[in-house]
Order: sequence, then C-alpha cells, then structure tokens
Amino acid sequence: MSGRVLVGVKRVIDYAVKIRVKPDHTGVVTDGVKHSMNPFCEIAVEEAVKLKEKKLIKEVVAVSCGPQQSQETIRTALAMGADRGIHVEVSGKDYDSLGPLQVSKILAALAKKEEAQLIILGKQAIDDDCNQTGQMTAALLDWPQGTFASEVSLEAEKIKVVREIDGGLETIKINTPAVLTADLRLNTPRYATLPNIMKAKKKKIANVKPADLGVDLTSRLEVLRVDEPPQREAGVKVETVEDLVAKLKDTGKI
Amino acid sequence: MAALGPLSRLAGLGCINRSRLMLNRVLQKRGIASCIDPSHGLTDEQKEFQKVAFDFAANEMAPNMAEWDQKEIFPVETMRKAAQLGFGGIYVRPDVGGSGLSRLDTSIIFEALSTGCVSTTAYISIHNMCAWMIDTFGNTNQREKYCPDLCSMERFASYCLTEPGSGSDAASLLTSAQQKGDHYVLNGSKAFISGGGDTDVYVVMCRTGGKGSKGISCLVVEKGTPGLSFGKKEKKVGWNSQPTRAVIFEDCAVPVTNRLGEEGQGFSIAMKGLNGGRINIASCSLGAAHASVLLARDHLLVRKQFGETLANSQFLQFKLAEMATKLVAARLLVREAATALQENRPDAVSICSMAKLFVTDECFNTKRGISRCFSTSLVTEQVCNQALQMHGGYGYLKDYAVQQFVRDIRVHQILEGTNEVMRMIISRNLLTEL
Repeated sequence: MSGRVLVGVKRVIDYAVKIRVKPDHTGVVTDGVKHSMNPFCEIAVEEAVKLKEKKLIKEVVAVSCGPQQSQETIRTALAMGADRGIHVEVSGKDYDSLGPLQVSKILAALAKKEEAQLIILGKQAIDDDCNQTGQMTAALLDWPQGTFASEVSLEAEKIKVVREIDGGLETIKINTPAVLTADLRLNTPRYATLPNIMKAKKKKIANVKPADLGVDLTSRLEVLRVDEPPQREAGVKVETVEDLVAKLKDTGKI
Repeated sequence: MAALGPLSRLAGLGCINRSRLMLNRVLQKRGIASCIDPSHGLTDEQKEFQKVAFDFAANEMAPNMAEWDQKEIFPVETMRKAAQLGFGGIYVRPDVGGSGLSRLDTSIIFEALSTGCVSTTAYISIHNMCAWMIDTFGNTNQREKYCPDLCSMERFASYCLTEPGSGSDAASLLTSAQQKGDHYVLNGSKAFISGGGDTDVYVVMCRTGGKGSKGISCLVVEKGTPGLSFGKKEKKVGWNSQPTRAVIFEDCAVPVTNRLGEEGQGFSIAMKGLNGGRINIASCSLGAAHASVLLARDHLLVRKQFGETLANSQFLQFKLAEMATKLVAARLLVREAATALQENRPDAVSICSMAKLFVTDECFNTKRGISRCFSTSLVTEQVCNQALQMHGGYGYLKDYAVQQFVRDIRVHQILEGTNEVMRMIISRNLLTEL
C-alpha cells in the first residue's frame, strides 16, 4: 500500500502543568500556560514516520486545527519526520467550541481532498479525554477503524491491528483506507534531531479555512460550568463490621 | 542533623526515589515558573532546540545523574544518544557531520542539558570545543579524519593545556615537541585532563619553539600512540561522571601532519577554543541554577514550619526573588556574550570572560562584598548554594539533587580560566591604552 497518511496533531496544555480553573468557571486558564503536542498525537506521528521509513507509505501530512499557535505543533511533527503540514485556521469563539464532531468533519473533508489512504490519530486528547475524533472520522468517511492500537502492521491491502481492550488484546484485520488511533504502547516517539528541526523550517505548512472545506463548525454542545474535582476528604475509621455496614447503608452506597 | 530524627531514616530508605521523582517532575515542568522561563526571547527554532534538549535531559540524564556521580560512571551510551540528536558537534560545520548552529543556539542547548546532569553536559561541551578546534583550524584531511567521528561521538576528545607547573600561567607550559623527520616527539605531562584515559583524541598544546605563547603549537594525539600514558583517576568533589587524569608523554611520536594550523599558532587556537568553552561552562552553570531555583521553589511550597509553609516567609520569598533575578541577569549576559562571539565583535573575549566570571560565581554564593558582581560563575554559585540552604538539612543529603548541582558547578569557578584570570582579562581590556 503506497500513498498518503494524514496525522492529526492537537495542541494541548503541557501534561506537566498544574491546571487551574478560570475564576468565572467557564473553562481552564490557558493564557501564558505552556502548551505542547498531545502525547498520543506524538505516538501517532511516530507511527506514521516509521511506516514511511519502512517504505510502506509515501507521504506523511500533519494536520492541526486551531489558532496561529497550532503551527508550532505542526512544526514539531515536521521535525519528527512529517513531510508537510496543513493548518486549519480556527480561532476565537469557534476554537472555544471546537470539539471532536467538528474536527472529524474537517479531517474527513481533508482526507477526501488529499486522497489519503490512512488517517492516524492519538486515541484521545489529554485536555478533554473525549476519545471520539477517530471513531467519528471513520464513520463520516465510512472507513474501517482500528482504535487503541498497540501494534500496527500493513499486509497487502489490509492492516492488522492489535487493540488494547478491557479484556486484554484483540487482533483485527481491516481494509484500507482506514482510520487508526494510537494507544500508549504503540511506540516510543523519537526526539527531534537538530538537523531535522532545521530541515523542518523549510517544509511547507498550507493554510486552510474550514469554510473552504465546506465544514460547518457550529457546536451542538454548550459548556455550562467547569469546576475542580472535589477536595479529597479524610476517611472515617469504624470499630466493627456492623458499623461499617451501617455507615455504607447510611451514605447510600449499598 | 540529629534533629531530623525519623525523617532522616526515611531518607535512607525510600526518599532517594522520592527526591529523584521530584527532580524529574521539576525538570519536566520545563521552567513553567514564567519569570525565569528560559525560552523567553528565543526564536521558534531555538525553542524547538531547547525543547529537545530539555526532554533529553529530563528523560535520559536526570534519572541517572545521582548514580553517575556516586559510581563515577562515564555515560558513553547516553552521550552517543545525545550525539545522534546532533549534540556532538553543535557548532561544527555540517560538511563534516556537525550541526552548524550558532553560539547562542549552543548556549541554549547546554543550559537545558545541564538541568539533567551538569558534569556530563560539561564534558559534552569540552568535547564540542575540541571538535570545533579541529573543524576551524584543521586542514581538509584533518577535518575529514577526526570531525565526523567526534560529531557522532564514535570517538571522544579531550583538551590538553594545563600542566602541573602551568595552570593560570598557561603560556609557560613545558611539554616539548621536538621535530624529528616527519614526526614531533613529545615529552612532558598534562594535568587535570577531563576525559583523560577514556577518550580517544587529545588536542594537545605543546612547545615547538621558544619561550612564551609564540612557541606553542597544537597537536592532535590519538590514544594508543606509543609513549602516551595516563595517570591515576582523580577523586573529585564533583564532575564525577567524567574521569580526570594526568596525560603523560614519554618520547611520544606524533606525525607532523597532526599539527593544527601553523607552528606557534597553538596558544591562539587554545584561547579561541576557550572563549567558546567559557560560554559553554557558564551555560552549564545556568542550567544548574535554573534547576536549583525550581527545586528550592517546590521545597518552599511543601515544607511547613511554625504552622505554615516556608513559602509564606517573607525572607525566603525575597531570597527566592533575588535568586531568580540573578539567574535571569546571568542568562542575559551569557546569551549576549554568545552573540558577541558569533558576530566576532571586538568585545567578544572580554564579554565571554565577564559572562563566565559572573555566572559561575553568582550561582554558588560567596559573600565577597565588592567583588560580588562580575561573574556568571559568581551568580550560579550563589543561587545553587542558597537553594541548598533553603532545603535545610535535606539539602545536605545526597538523596536530594540540589547538593550535586552545588558540587558540580563549584569547579566552574576554576577551570577554563579561573575567575581570577577572567578579572585579569577584563581589567587589561579596561586599562590598556590603545
């Protein structure tokens, strides 16, 4: 199978940052906070670059939807080995309400436009933990999906995917074109090398607007309120098993 | 120390892991404390370089820095991994395998790497300096013979200038190189050579001519050359992840074709190498200071005494602010010096000396009164030492990383030109009539 792979990369708040809720409870503080590429997206990029190095695919295109700063995330993907980037400009209110439904519509449109044979995404983003974009994209394109992939191998016109599921590991074979979402153990993302970072400067990032792709960004969801998780309270010690059962009944646990 | 009681026993048992974890978490935060964030003012590309270096430091170096220090391990494999990313010859030209970056890019990278292990990063910087000297002053054959292997760290390098009898007075070195046919025969010894005995390529300053700096030439000597031997491995206070040995020449024959540049040019080559080396060492001190400030900050937020966290103490708040200010001031001076060197500005030598002096002193903390202000070594010495102080008794335990930063950067006030020699260079610039 030769051809083009689209890899979605999302710019999220860095995993090491302590998240703070905005005083007006409409979201979390993002101004001046360190952002980086979603760790699962890094794994997706690494997988795509590996496939290219094995000469199983010809071109890796990194895609990101968001404001101007999303270009930094695309540059990181280019420094890891992607060939070119597409920045879908979404900013302001549209960006605040951008979710898996809108992104999957954008990716589906791009996949058709770029004649991609494979879309690789991270299984979920660490900011919203939705775990929906890959699945929705596959549905919109009517393509098979291999989600939570911990092992991917290309065989003739099919892809063998080992998936991490609750019960253990599931191995499936799906036709191409297809959508894959990367799980943690799929690979270990490489460091960008200094020469690659410099080469990445010369690689192209195309700018596209959602309207150009005929995508409607209206959200069907409205965020009502964002709160921190409740403070962990101290436990209660009881003397006997009867006390324990009584306490559990009191608090409605049983 | 007795007052620590049960906690000190805990430290012996499980806290090694806890403090390593703390260091990793601190490093992974990559300067998220915004006022000292080292990525301010950098271009996007420089931020990418910095990110790779920080990631490498946090993942590959920080988890091992204590073990490398305690077991005196020279981490060859980790350094080769760094070389694969382009860190083996950062400012060496690309046609022989280098990354061809600027002095400023280099400073940023070493500063970030140093947060993972000062000692190892300092050795990598010495290796880079040697590779640059061969790249810049070597002829085509020499560049092609040595640079590619050095840039990939297939082979490691050492810089040999200091002798038992000549440290600050480097131009009075005695190691002689007498020409016999198509070879120089070397006799003499070098002292305190970083990497000595474990490295493969030695850049040696030796006397081919008369007295003084004009009689010195620069030769490349390979390990295994008959007549080349090494002294015992020195036991040091810090910099333990790199071996330090004397390098001894006894009728050691080196081909004339191994000479870099002309006869008599050796001292100039050595000094030019050191200009960059001083920025690199200062950058290593900056990384240590940065990591130490973050460690101190986190400790203040956690440690409670007198019913509240230490972070509520105004004295400590002010102290932390002073440390942060010194760190940023030092960083600016180092980066300016890097730019000056890159552009070959007339003040390049002086400002490199100023940067090394300021950073290496300030990061340790010696209250020398008037002389306090002018050295990057000065800055980092004060900062790291204060950070240790803020940790209280814990700061003195080897389970906590801050003491290793303090020990490792102490030597930065001494090598690559003592801070006293830095003062000589600066005052000479001020007082010499042109």
